[in-house]
Amino acid sequence: MSHRDHHHDIAPIREEIRKGKGREFWRSLEELADTEKFREFLHREFPAVNPSEADPAWLDPVGRRNFLKLMSASLAFAGLTACTNQPKEYLVPYVKTPDGLIPGKAQFYATAMTMNGVASGLLVESHEGRPTKIEGNPDHPASRGGTTVYEQASVLNLYDPDRSQTALNLGDPRTWGEFLNELSRALDQQRQKQGAGLRILTETSTSPTFADQMNKLKAEFPQSKWHTYEPATRDGARVGSQTVFGQPVNTVYQFDKADVVLSLDADFLTNGPGSVRYARDFMGRRRLTDGASEMNRLYVAESTLTTTGAKADERLPIRASEVEAFARAVAAKVGVSGMSSALSGEAEKFAEAVAKDLKAHSGKSIVIAGEHQTAQVHALAHAINGALNNVGQTLYYTDPIEINPVDQIASISELVGELNAGKVELLVIVGANPVYNAPVFSGQTFLDAMKKAPMRVHLGMFNDETAVHCQWHIAESHYLESWSDARAFDGTVSIIQPLIQPLYNSKSPHELIAAMMNQGGKNSHDIVRDYWRTQPQFSGNFDQAWRQALHDGFIANTALPAKQVSPGLGGLSSLKSVTPGKYEIVFRLDPNVHDGRFANNSWLQETPKPINKITWDNFAIISSNTANALGLAPNEEPHRANAKMIRLVNEGRELEMPAWVQPGHPDNSITVYLGYGRERAGATGNGLGFNSYTIRTANTPFIATEKVELSAGEGKYQLAATQEHFSLDTSGIEVNAFITDDKDLTERHIVRTERFEQYKQELEEIKKDPRHSLNMHHGAHKPGKDLTIYPNWSYDKAKASDGREVDLHAWGMAIDMNACIGCNACVVACASENNIAMVGKEMVIRGRTMLWLRIDTYFRGGTANPQVYFQPMMCQHCEAAPCEVVCPVNATVHDAEGLNVQVYNRCVGTRYCSNNCPYKVRRFNYLLYGDWDTPSLKLGRNPDVTVRSRGVMEKCTFCVQRIMNAKIEAQKQDRKVLDGEVMTACQSACPTEAIIFGDTNDANSRVVKLKKEPRNYEVLADLNTRPRTSYLGVISNPNAELSGAHEGQKSGEKHG
Amino acid sequence: MAEAIQKNKYVDPRPPVIGPGHDFGSITRKVGDIVTMRGFKKGWIFGFAIVFMGSVMMFNTIAYLVLKGVGIWGNNIPVGWAFDIINFVWWIGIGHAGTLISAILLLLRQSWRNSINRFAEAMTLFAVACAGMFPALHTGRPWMDYYLFPLPNTMGMWPNFRSPLMWDVFAVTTYMTVSALFWFMGLIPDFATMRDTAKKKWQKITFAALAMGWRGDARHWHRYETAYLLLAGLSTPLVLSVHTIVSFDFSTGIIPGWHATIFPPYFVAGAVYAGFAMVLTLAIPVRKYYHLEDFITMRHIRNCCKVMLATGLIVAYGYMMEAFMAWYSGNTYELFMMKNRMFGPYGFMYWLLILCNVVVPWTLWVKKLRDNLKWIFVVCMFINVGMWLERFVIIVMSLNRDFNPAAWRMYYPTIFDFTMFFGTVGFFLTLMFLFIRFVPMIPIFELKTLLPQGKVDEKKVEELEHGKGPVGQSPLPQFGD
Repeated sequence: MSHRDHHHDIAPIREEIRKGKGREFWRSLEELADTEKFREFLHREFPAVNPSEADPAWLDPVGRRNFLKLMSASLAFAGLTACTNQPKEYLVPYVKTPDGLIPGKAQFYATAMTMNGVASGLLVESHEGRPTKIEGNPDHPASRGGTTVYEQASVLNLYDPDRSQTALNLGDPRTWGEFLNELSRALDQQRQKQGAGLRILTETSTSPTFADQMNKLKAEFPQSKWHTYEPATRDGARVGSQTVFGQPVNTVYQFDKADVVLSLDADFLTNGPGSVRYARDFMGRRRLTDGASEMNRLYVAESTLTTTGAKADERLPIRASEVEAFARAVAAKVGVSGMSSALSGEAEKFAEAVAKDLKAHSGKSIVIAGEHQTAQVHALAHAINGALNNVGQTLYYTDPIEINPVDQIASISELVGELNAGKVELLVIVGANPVYNAPVFSGQTFLDAMKKAPMRVHLGMFNDETAVHCQWHIAESHYLESWSDARAFDGTVSIIQPLIQPLYNSKSPHELIAAMMNQGGKNSHDIVRDYWRTQPQFSGNFDQAWRQALHDGFIANTALPAKQVSPGLGGLSSLKSVTPGKYEIVFRLDPNVHDGRFANNSWLQETPKPINKITWDNFAIISSNTANALGLAPNEEPHRANAKMIRLVNEGRELEMPAWVQPGHPDNSITVYLGYGRERAGATGNGLGFNSYTIRTANTPFIATEKVELSAGEGKYQLAATQEHFSLDTSGIEVNAFITDDKDLTERHIVRTERFEQYKQELEEIKKDPRHSLNMHHGAHKPGKDLTIYPNWSYDKAKASDGREVDLHAWGMAIDMNACIGCNACVVACASENNIAMVGKEMVIRGRTMLWLRIDTYFRGGTANPQVYFQPMMCQHCEAAPCEVVCPVNATVHDAEGLNVQVYNRCVGTRYCSNNCPYKVRRFNYLLYGDWDTPSLKLGRNPDVTVRSRGVMEKCTFCVQRIMNAKIEAQKQDRKVLDGEVMTACQSACPTEAIIFGDTNDANSRVVKLKKEPRNYEVLADLNTRPRTSYLGVISNPNAELSGAHEGQKSGEKHG
Repeated sequence: MAEAIQKNKYVDPRPPVIGPGHDFGSITRKVGDIVTMRGFKKGWIFGFAIVFMGSVMMFNTIAYLVLKGVGIWGNNIPVGWAFDIINFVWWIGIGHAGTLISAILLLLRQSWRNSINRFAEAMTLFAVACAGMFPALHTGRPWMDYYLFPLPNTMGMWPNFRSPLMWDVFAVTTYMTVSALFWFMGLIPDFATMRDTAKKKWQKITFAALAMGWRGDARHWHRYETAYLLLAGLSTPLVLSVHTIVSFDFSTGIIPGWHATIFPPYFVAGAVYAGFAMVLTLAIPVRKYYHLEDFITMRHIRNCCKVMLATGLIVAYGYMMEAFMAWYSGNTYELFMMKNRMFGPYGFMYWLLILCNVVVPWTLWVKKLRDNLKWIFVVCMFINVGMWLERFVIIVMSLNRDFNPAAWRMYYPTIFDFTMFFGTVGFFLTLMFLFIRFVPMIPIFELKTLLPQGKVDEKKVEELEHGKGPVGQSPLPQFGD
């Protein structure tokens, strides 16, 4: 059908829309679909769809046919909108400007995602209107191109088949219109009493538009109250700054300016607002490439071994409840008045050395307190930073970025109190899931209190624990489906623009709040736009400015200005301290599923958690000594994942969960990850792990000490770990006697490390005599290039079919282990880019994880406080690849650019290649792991990458599809592929630029420069596999004063 | 003169390889009756029922395997090969005795081979059939296995001739073909005998077809002997090559524990070791059940024991050398591999292997024990288990902890690993049961050559050739009586 015919047919319908319904069009799809004219049109256009029979069954969430019907109808509607004469809306600016939309060619749009309300700028890859892959926005201050695991995995949430798809009333599907009717009835009642019975509960938000809406709502219902709660609440930071400065402030750190950093239980590299930017800035100061000879130093005093602690030059394992005393001691030593040190032993020594170093770097240091630490610690950190003159130098204060900066535990406690008092008549829960994740209020769960509100409305992406106990549940739109805005860690505002029409009948929080103000038809696009139209940043040509903001991914000059505040420690004594008890339980957000919101995200579930490499579960982390004392000593190494149960009691509430002995954990402290034990997360997330919220009380949201009891539980529990845990030397984890034999692991030279002082000296020697090499390479053997019976291929030139000589590429990769923080962003990015199948807990236990990229973790030193090394490991693309020789069917071969390619169609699956791979990076589809059936998941796949079937081997391809795209582009422009033009998925996700990919034929490329670094080495080079991937050894910068105490552990030379 | 001859003549002090009191007729009856008897012996039916259930188990496992994928087994990454290849190598090893007995011992003129060779050849054939199933079914997409053959195709794709798996395909298929030919050829004269002695018509027709027109003609014999010798010559290098190439599956790999030059001889010896153990495992009960003590004598059994002792020594030397070379090389990975074998999480398997393959079989050095059938049977069972363990040690224990410690992982079999393995045992025994019942399991004609009347009197031949002796008397034994 030609466009003209189409236009002709649609005209009457369009007329109808224009005449009568206008904006209400989206509100009443069904209504429109019911008209005779539309039905006729649809029938003509899509004869397969018979709308008359479709209607009731559309609400069935699982039917494939129904889904297709829905999709085709959506398609038809999309066509409808395109044909109407609505004003042109430039919703989707191009970042790269292609000559129009070319089918098969990906487009990138700038948007942002919020975590705990705080935005991070993104570029989202879209294939024919379907977002498939998340990248960081290189221009955005919070991203600089990097992302976290959450952002990478968020695209899967969009296509989650278990998402809520429509409004539900008591579980029955309803239309938005029906909901609005009932809501307006309830609101009319409230209006009469100025909203005295109206309570709104949201999660943390930084959205200016939302703030504006809430203000207007408050004006309409002056007596109503707005409560904010989410488990990742930063109450300590808020209350701490309130105490010190008399007002809540937001602290922005500038790690690129800091020489010495002290973390007080802060996991700032992977957690909290701005962590991606912080990680990049921080690592920028210890990259040691291109002749850099300076390096910062990181001290970490922490309770749980985090990725930040793993990167520490000096680390002090200390109980969470003792961090305050430690901070006090440091404060006293750097000269904060009114402080005294009450430490002893190693902690005192550590504090002494830290304080000395901090003072020596006054104005060039940062002291940062952990998100879950108490207000006291935060207040002390402010005081120390003040005393060190760091304020204005390495950090500055701004107004809070949150729109409702309250003590969230207090806020939800107040709500519970009012619910109990029967004051709440209409409870609107926006996005939050308090029934699952609220703490326990003096023995009472949130659910008990919530049920006392006669009418409860829940907006959420899932029909979750809270939704099922609310009369009304409204499906919430994903951030890639609806408009919004949010602030980054420094206040920069991003417009969150959608890339796709909502897949289901979902609404955004803006639309819900608007509906409460009788604007039920207003869509989030108009709400956000109308708000910004009034703002000074958009004075002048609004459309142009708006387009620019969408294009850039943020609104220029919206970062909050530095604020002059003066600290006063007067209020410190009024703050409640945590008294260390015999035992303590530390509640932490799970590194993968966060507070549980990602429980149904299989990518995150299957990504091994940093350090302990466990998937699909949560567990109680304890130290080796505590485990022994409680009779929970773990099994010997290969069987460690069969964990013993531990019984935790907090304020009389009990929970049994598996105990995991982790090196570097302080004694008598138990770390418990939140976010598991969900009952209504969805098919993937239900019933995994243990719900630790049941023992988390409002009094002890993060650190419980006083009423804590621990004992050995009953039975055992199988955890799914992807790595057995080995240390690099004798003083490591005492497991199998022979494994810890002196040289077995160190002689493999897989991880190479050195101290900064020594490195500097050796660098001088190398400058004098290039034949020298670093001590870290000592003893490692690398056979000559010619020591092979196979020819050494040349990758310089090749003859094209027309006889011309063409330049070839020789792709290679360099990974800076010094910069790798083990955050897993690359792992999830790889899964997302390459359509990697998730296999589930049982299969992980069987050793069949499909992830192409893994972060190998090695320990060095005693169990008390080991050094931790992260080594991203993927296919090394060996020049003399052992896998290629042994494949009987030529399914894995070398290509003309030196890539080791896997031909899925040719692979019969003998698995010999994997057996013969010394790095064990190949992955085999033992069963049909790829999901070939779920319709929604099909939309999210990367169309450039095959979805593998069972029985074939797969592995890292160096993102060959991206290489091909870049080459085609270069060829079109008759030029070479530029350095940095091809970014592998892992590289582009990496917050610290630890992974660099490029053409090793190009002498000026970044990867060649890195490979020339003296730290460069190839893993298992002695096997003469000649990998294309090389690693840069780890340089640590310990404090000479302290390292004496750790000498044995650090150098690995201790015996006995 | 005759006395002088008598004096100088070497008199074999060993007991004869055939019991006393037999003539051509009794041999034919004794062996042939097992085939041509009416009905079935109760013990046979009972045994067959059990092993047939094993076959059924195997076929069910295969069906499920093809439907679901190799993931029903316990294999993982890093242990890509486990029971599948262990079983393959185990069965192939067992399949070695047959051809060795038939071909090499024939070439070496070891006449004692005659009563056990058919039996051993059948065993070989069935063991190779079981073995062949594993590489074919252990692939991820078994329906694509034809990619392993150098078939012409539109893509112009060839298999990778550098891959030892490719060599395996040729080695095993060749071995299978030649073994089958060799076995069938040896059967032809016996089929003729059966044709001539069978009473039932269908038996006559069947055996006639199988005998391919054999008439016992001198020219037949002449050609038969030549062809048989040629096939034996062809098979002999195969005995060595097949397991050599199977060992290349490992020794061309770079994995510590695989990458060893000792593998070919060590594997061949191991195969013969395993093969003889299996021959005895089967022969001892069959001999007793069918009262074949006269044909499979203690001398046969003792000889088999001696072969086992010899090859067992080579195998033990192999174990020793693996450990020695690990130490002598000074290679971290090799050294660790050896320590892992001995003291790692699967360490008990290694010591069990030493017990089964070295300690227990060496009791056969004691002559008294070599005469004790029950003990020999027990020892053979130990060797059968031991040889399986050897492959477990080599395959699983090398793969599960190789170069990169972060990728180390344990391997645990699933129920389907066991149903597949025991299923093939059942299938193998099913075929053996059918063979024993329907095919003469002892070569009748070759047995007859062992009788004194079967011996050619060379003097007489000379006389005949010079026209001095009675005319018309064939020096060769008569068949069919």
